[in-house]
Amino acid sequence: MPDCSHETHYLIAGASHAALAALHAIRLVDGDRPLTVIAKDDSLPYSPTVLPYVVSGRSDPDTVLLRDDKYFADHNVCYLRGRHVTSLSTAEHAATLSDGIRVRFEKLLLATGARPAVPPIPGLAESTYHALRTLEDARRLRERLPTTRHAVVIGGGLIGMHAAENLRKGGAQVTVIEMQPHVLPAYFDADAAARIERAFATAGVEIRTGARVERIIPGAPDSILELIDGTRVTADLLLVGTGVIPVTDYLDGSGIATDHGILVDDVMRTNDPSVWAAGDVARARDFFGSAPVLNGILPDAVEQGRIAGMAMAGDPAVRPYRGAVPLNTFGFFGNHAIAVGSNLAPPGADVMLRADPAGNCYLKIVLNQGRLHGIFGINVSFDAGVMWELIARRVELGPLRTRFLEQPQETARTLMSRLWR
Amino acid sequence: MPGYPTIAFKSARCNGCGECMTACALAKTGSPSAARSRIQITLGAAQGEFELAICRQCGDPRCVDNCPAGALSKNAATGVIDWDDGKCIDCLLCTVGCTYGGIVLDSQAQRVAKCDMCGGNPACVAACAPGALKYLTTARIYNEVGDLEDLFVPGLAGCQGCNTELLMRHSLRRIGPDTVVAAPPGCVPGMGAVGYNGLTGTKVPVFHPLLTNTASMLSGIKRQYKRRGREITALALAGDGGASDVGFQSLSGAAERGEEMLFLVIDNEGYMNTGMQRSSCTPYGAWTTTTPVGRESMGKTQDAKNMPLLMVAHRCAYVATASTAFMEDFYAKLDKALQASKHGFAYLHVYSPCTTGWRFPAQKNIEVARKAVETNFVTLWEFTPQTGLRLTHPVDDPLPLAEYLQVLGKYRHLAPEQVEHIERHVAENVTFIKRQAAVAAPLS
Repeated sequence: MPDCSHETHYLIAGASHAALAALHAIRLVDGDRPLTVIAKDDSLPYSPTVLPYVVSGRSDPDTVLLRDDKYFADHNVCYLRGRHVTSLSTAEHAATLSDGIRVRFEKLLLATGARPAVPPIPGLAESTYHALRTLEDARRLRERLPTTRHAVVIGGGLIGMHAAENLRKGGAQVTVIEMQPHVLPAYFDADAAARIERAFATAGVEIRTGARVERIIPGAPDSILELIDGTRVTADLLLVGTGVIPVTDYLDGSGIATDHGILVDDVMRTNDPSVWAAGDVARARDFFGSAPVLNGILPDAVEQGRIAGMAMAGDPAVRPYRGAVPLNTFGFFGNHAIAVGSNLAPPGADVMLRADPAGNCYLKIVLNQGRLHGIFGINVSFDAGVMWELIARRVELGPLRTRFLEQPQETARTLMSRLWR
Repeated sequence: MPGYPTIAFKSARCNGCGECMTACALAKTGSPSAARSRIQITLGAAQGEFELAICRQCGDPRCVDNCPAGALSKNAATGVIDWDDGKCIDCLLCTVGCTYGGIVLDSQAQRVAKCDMCGGNPACVAACAPGALKYLTTARIYNEVGDLEDLFVPGLAGCQGCNTELLMRHSLRRIGPDTVVAAPPGCVPGMGAVGYNGLTGTKVPVFHPLLTNTASMLSGIKRQYKRRGREITALALAGDGGASDVGFQSLSGAAERGEEMLFLVIDNEGYMNTGMQRSSCTPYGAWTTTTPVGRESMGKTQDAKNMPLLMVAHRCAYVATASTAFMEDFYAKLDKALQASKHGFAYLHVYSPCTTGWRFPAQKNIEVARKAVETNFVTLWEFTPQTGLRLTHPVDDPLPLAEYLQVLGKYRHLAPEQVEHIERHVAENVTFIKRQAAVAAPLS
């Protein structure tokens, strides 16, 4: 094998879900051409999604790895760990790595993911705070857990809420501070979010919505957070979970078009014909709107990575990206919430809401022009993958519409059965 | 990647009884609650129709890709997507990747659940009385035969969609390199099996006898090898014309003498390589170039000669019929025929649809072969003098014959009375075979 750390055919920057899906898609049709993966961490691949469970101790950091060395050897892949791309020359088809080495490539996939967004809160930079994006972050948090008395999580999105639950399970007092009127605004409406907040409150997690940190007074061990309403919260552990931003700084001057993310077409190709992007770093077609979006969720990273890999390898079976559909699953304190599709009902849409008075179960279905637009459930079973397909394929419910509203899981399977054949 | 067994579902046979779900729930959770079953039968779009949600054990599984904890993996040995309950963090992202409803939350256990094929003996299949669920192990053939050497050269020039090439390559792989092949005039040499310009199309000795003397030449060759003390398989790859018409005399003689050979007939119901003339195996009503369709003639006016039954009358060591749509059945018979050819005459008659001569789309060959069996147009059975005749794939509830005839251009002209004739003939044939099977001695 030629020296794959200097010269390669396929260069993949990144080693998480989008990168691994692309690698797999490439190797399905091209087992021979040199392929090099650049992993930022000095580690085998892992998923950011598993990190809250590493914090709580439920997952062992050594067994959450998604591939082993044998996998890369078997697939003729050069896996370079502990380094990242610092600059890119599209004219010379070369990437410079953090260890100074220049790698020439024929085709490049940028799957460099995202890093935690740090809010501009006065005093934050001077305080000791945690984020949760890398295995190292998770290990550090886990070490801190036994001595933590009161953890404060800034941000009530998925990362923040997952972390809050797992910190609580680790034995700490936990407060979540969310700017929006309710938690998980990207996936659930106020009604659904209220049920989720209740479950957290019952488990002893304090949720403060519509709240904002004005400034932080650093201290050891306790920092003090001053909220905009004048109240103060004390924290001996501070976790920032206010979203992520795509890692694109190394593209400055490369000519790759970015705008809060790398802009890609429907086969994940950037404005440079030899460069693709996928996953949390890519801004791709929106399913519901016209402007491209970042859809930083694991299943979409897999989808985009696969499409990019197929396109890079020239797989004739590649089909264009159907557009980003917001979706997620969220398990919390023995409950499970699933959101597939858009929460924003367009004018003329039908919204069906079913919730039990005790507040344990919740189901909302949004139909638009006889098709599924979104479905949101708490402790209600339906197949998220099937619903995603029904939305993405714009399947007309037709005469099964009433049945669908009554029994979404069974009826979606019925509709999907026709599409399999 | 090897092939794996699978659980197949025939929606048309499902009556919605739900026994599969009870059996699965009992086997996997100890409770009979259908909601906890890993196989779910749901209503179809139309009244009385049923559909299935179960893990397909995908070859390129999206649930595995979506798992952030490494808890799901495709087991290379069994083909099953294994779930590691210790690693699973209950995030449900696997369910986002599945479009089959194959991995879902068991709300009682509060964990995902999926089919694990019960280690090769699925409880649901055993519980399915109407036979809608079947456990198919045909992939085993691919795994076993894939490792054997292909003894034909690449690039045989068969017609598009022809499955004779499939049959030849499969058979010779299995029979092995210590073989001498006789390929009398027909599609087999026509597509290049005997070779061109002094080179053979096989990696074993092959010769091109006359239509009339295939079995007698092969008899002599086998005897000569035997005299020299070499163990070989004498294999004829003949068409139905070469076997049933002018070749019949030497074939009958060799069978009567009990010559040790395997005579494999690929029955495509006519002389297809020379321009689609009728043979004595061409069925009644069929169009061929010598039984044309027009003002004077409406296809063949005689029924097909039942060659394999004639061979039964010779009391051959082994006689069987087979179809390319039922390869597992074919393989079992090929093995038995091969064994029988070590001590006597083995005759294997394979029904093989001809895309060109029967006039149907190239991609429909296996479907046509399957329909021939499922309508009882042909029957699959085997015979030995010791055990008598036994149906290997009895079809008690055949499809309407029209489903078979309508696919084929060679029957497009049929008048209602011709269809009635064929139906009568098929019924007679089945009755006759069943009678033979009924009087057969029990298997020892």
